[in-house]
Amino acid sequence: MIEDLDGNAIGGMLLEVFGAEMTAAIGTCGNCGTTGPVAGLAVYLRGPGTVVRCPVCNFVLMVFVRQHEVTCVDLMGLAALG
Amino acid sequence: MAGTAVRGRLTWQDATVGVVKDETPEVRTISLDVPQWEGHRAGQHLDVRLTADDGYRAERSYSIASAPGEQVAITVERLPDGEVSPYLTEELRPGDDLELRGPIGGWFVWEPADGGPLLLLAGGSGIVPLRAILRYRERTGSTVPVRLLYSSRSWPDVIYRDELEQPAAGVEVIHTLTRLQPPGWTGYARRVDAQMLAEVVWPEDQAPLAYVCGPTSFVETVATGLVGLGYPAQRVKTERFGATGGTR
Repeated sequence: MIEDLDGNAIGGMLLEVFGAEMTAAIGTCGNCGTTGPVAGLAVYLRGPGTVVRCPVCNFVLMVFVRQHEVTCVDLMGLAALG
Repeated sequence: MAGTAVRGRLTWQDATVGVVKDETPEVRTISLDVPQWEGHRAGQHLDVRLTADDGYRAERSYSIASAPGEQVAITVERLPDGEVSPYLTEELRPGDDLELRGPIGGWFVWEPADGGPLLLLAGGSGIVPLRAILRYRERTGSTVPVRLLYSSRSWPDVIYRDELEQPAAGVEVIHTLTRLQPPGWTGYARRVDAQMLAEVVWPEDQAPLAYVCGPTSFVETVATGLVGLGYPAQRVKTERFGATGGTR
């Protein structure tokens, strides 16, 4: 079983991607509408990419895949972030 | 929201290892001289990157153990199957170079202006960012009352034991030893549960601020327990760590 961490664990990657501190940013789940800090989201690091899920409904909010120093970012599950 | 591809903006910087101190047989505090360090907040972490001779790279996050204004230090627990922690706890010597980036995190942080009373709950090496908060409280002369509930396997596994045995004024330290207790131990001797939390925590009508750090299972139990005791979710800040890649 893959143990989930939380959004604190990807603070460095988010800082790299967005150029700003993001763990205190508030995200809104595009599926169930739950809002909360990125630090509280469920994070799975051990897959081929990093998957971030809603801690309430488990909907996939963000996916990050890194290759050759470039990080591809998919934020499709988020209704809002900021 | 749309996807995009971006290039990195947070830069890796060189650090030099200073004083190294064994905290327990498996845990070591490493002081770091970081010329480009911009300063940090209590509760933040940093990422360490190791590069092998063949170019293979591994990155891990470690909580910053020192208070803002003190020399940067991390406390690292050796994980049996770890890629990075065995090197940091066994091979690294004063004067060695290390690549790191940070400080990182803006959620799991405490400032004196955030007030309290503070409730700190640590499982194992989850004590590290909470120790930075304790030291920062002392450095800034804050008189916010603090209770720390710290779960360890046994007394020899207690990190920062000497420091926690002589807490600053207004700080209460409560230990629970889950696996092995010394002769004559009268403290808690089990994993943190709802009953223990009910006995230890500040009543919610005092508007306490809680920081919980430890393995995922510890954090889940404690956070659920605190909300059950009436703590509003936004007054409970959590940080989970795991065996790979997460904050330790």
